[in-house]
Amino acid sequence: MAEPQPLPEQPQLQPKALLELEGVWKSFGGLVVIDNLDLVVNENEIVSVIGPNGAGKTTLFNLITGIYPPDSGAIRLDGESLVGLPPHKIARRGAARTFQTLRLFLNMTVLENVMASQYGQTKVGIARAMLRTPGMRREEREIRARAEEKLAFFGERLMGYRWNQPAYSLSYANRRRLEIARAMATEPRILLLDEPAAGMNPSETHEITELIGKLRDDGGYTILVIEHDMHVVEGISDRVVALDHGVKIAEGTFEAVATNPRVVEAYLGTSAAVTK
Amino acid sequence: MSISPGTPDVTPPGDPAESRIGVDSWVAESAGRRARGRGPAGLLARGWEWSPDSLKLLVFVGLASTLPFWLNEGDLFNFGLFTLLYVALALGLNVVVGFTGLLDLGFVAYLGIGAYTYALLSSSHYGIHWPAEATIPISMAVAAIPGLILGSTSRRLEGDYYAIVTLFFLQAFGAFTNTANPTLFGKGLTGGPNGIPNLDPLTFFGYELNSTKQQYFFLLLVVAVVAGALHFINQSRTGRAWRALREDPLAAEVMSIPVYRLKVLSSGLGAAIAGLCGAIFAATFTAVTAGSFGVALLILLYAMIILGGLGSIAGVILGGFVINISSQFLAPQNDHPDVKRWLFYGTIVLIVALMKPWYRAVLVLAGTIAFGYAVHAIVSATTAATWTSGAPVAAGSRSISQVIQGFVVMPHATATGAHGNFNTWLYVGLVVAAVVVRSLSGWWRLVGLVPTLYLTAMVWENILAQNPSVTALILFGAMLIALMTVRPQGLLGSARVEIV
Repeated sequence: MAEPQPLPEQPQLQPKALLELEGVWKSFGGLVVIDNLDLVVNENEIVSVIGPNGAGKTTLFNLITGIYPPDSGAIRLDGESLVGLPPHKIARRGAARTFQTLRLFLNMTVLENVMASQYGQTKVGIARAMLRTPGMRREEREIRARAEEKLAFFGERLMGYRWNQPAYSLSYANRRRLEIARAMATEPRILLLDEPAAGMNPSETHEITELIGKLRDDGGYTILVIEHDMHVVEGISDRVVALDHGVKIAEGTFEAVATNPRVVEAYLGTSAAVTK
Repeated sequence: MSISPGTPDVTPPGDPAESRIGVDSWVAESAGRRARGRGPAGLLARGWEWSPDSLKLLVFVGLASTLPFWLNEGDLFNFGLFTLLYVALALGLNVVVGFTGLLDLGFVAYLGIGAYTYALLSSSHYGIHWPAEATIPISMAVAAIPGLILGSTSRRLEGDYYAIVTLFFLQAFGAFTNTANPTLFGKGLTGGPNGIPNLDPLTFFGYELNSTKQQYFFLLLVVAVVAGALHFINQSRTGRAWRALREDPLAAEVMSIPVYRLKVLSSGLGAAIAGLCGAIFAATFTAVTAGSFGVALLILLYAMIILGGLGSIAGVILGGFVINISSQFLAPQNDHPDVKRWLFYGTIVLIVALMKPWYRAVLVLAGTIAFGYAVHAIVSATTAATWTSGAPVAAGSRSISQVIQGFVVMPHATATGAHGNFNTWLYVGLVVAAVVVRSLSGWWRLVGLVPTLYLTAMVWENILAQNPSVTALILFGAMLIALMTVRPQGLLGSARVEIV
């Protein structure tokens, strides 16, 4: 098994690790999808995961969010283990994600999508809901206000009359934005974005690049992002991690990873790496 | 190779109200505006849309509370009480199927459990006569237990699997009450096929609800409270979470929604509502029998919520009214025998009238009438009198009876042996005609429709009118087929998009 590239030099001010993966393995049948992976995402950092199709990037997200457990290894968020927790509890701990193949609640309105994902942080049960107690109504107002605040993050893209439209009426790019807003509404500490720019045109891609920076700078989120578009990866990443067949083959700045021969080989094949 | 400075700035400038291509609210809403239409129907639809939900409930309760003043006791029981009972039950089923999307086919068993619980606690079966303020909550709680247990199987069982397991539960419940009937305290617990008779009427703090009118008003109160409470729940975070997990359970789970717990909650809540209905059902019929809680009732309940619109409370109430009132009219015994004939012909005329342009519908209807009289004249002129001397079943008045006798070829009932398998051939003929009409197009289809409609009338008068309960099921089937093509989301349901 290949050793990962050495970590880049740590800056003087020791950053606090938010998400830590240690020796994570996952195989489906005989196929090893994540192979002894170590990964650290520091607080307030944007880390991109790149790699060819089938490298295990989405599996990595599924492991972090608890959709299935790792075969072995540790996954910690802010020092606390996430292994074995059901996905809704992991979301409560502060890890929220979007999906590569959009999974919105299509028949609910835009606003409802963002309100629904606040379930974990709110409390009112059916008894108080039936009676519509003042506490219930106050919480309902807070949920709505938070949802509006998250949607406002996207400028006028998801504003106004769109609030009460069903999510299926949105354009593809707006659906991607809504998925991010929905993830933001779970009040996460780390946002896991699975190919946020997939299927977008160049100007929308440019916009999403700016947005991801804004999410970190204004929203205060730590971000782990899977992306194929190298322009986006270059534009946003503090650090890039390259995966191939579940193995971390390179890690470092965009320039370092993009010129790493093993990464080039993984993307383009051996001969390309040799002739380069 | 960073993003080139020439990339257009996509944040659009200016006023959000200003219409731009692709982000125009007018365009986005135009489909809805077109659907609303004009004229009185459009006005009604717009009024419905704009009126607040509390007003809708108030209008419903207001209209429903006038029923006892213009219906006699028997009609109030069949059309009023029964409908409200079905509506309350369908509201409970709607929580499970409509809100959460669990296909629960054992729902009627919870009704039975509630009813038997009431029967055991308020009858001379064991000599326990507890008042309703105690037995109704107990019935709800007892019915909720199997609801929670069955709901908890939804962790592993999804879709078809859950449906079959719950259906097994319903069948097991039927076998338990009907044949198992375990002996407890010296008596059969469920009374076997005879059930438990002589139940106490609903008694609240010493006040007995004896008359149909009292029971009706109590049930109306129950329906209003249940509908209101469910409406509030549906608008709360729980209701949103239910809708979310119905849409996409995996995404809901990842978005901090405890999917499994919410499914169990919804199954338990639906079962508790069924238990409430069971107690009221037992008390108003003053007896419970095992046969009341079967698949037949389940099908009716599903027809109500599908017809009305899954997930829509107002729709479920409307669906309950439509299904119960038409099935009451088509019941073998009822005081309004002619209504079923109007229902039947009315439905056919309505379906034909949907044809476009309008003169085609007129041509087909006029053609059918003329065709019928011609066939009748030829048959009566060329064959024995018994071929056309049959009397229509339960025609309300003499004149209607005469019209039908002159129009439909109807062999005399006592002489059917002489006419061979006339009824069987009618069925076969209708099916063949329907298939042939399907394969025709244009004007030929109109021509083919005329004998087909006539055959339909013959089948109805000769066969179905004598078996109205069969007709009820055929009618509901036709209603649902028509609805599926015209308005798949149900009468008041909101349109759902599955794949975009």
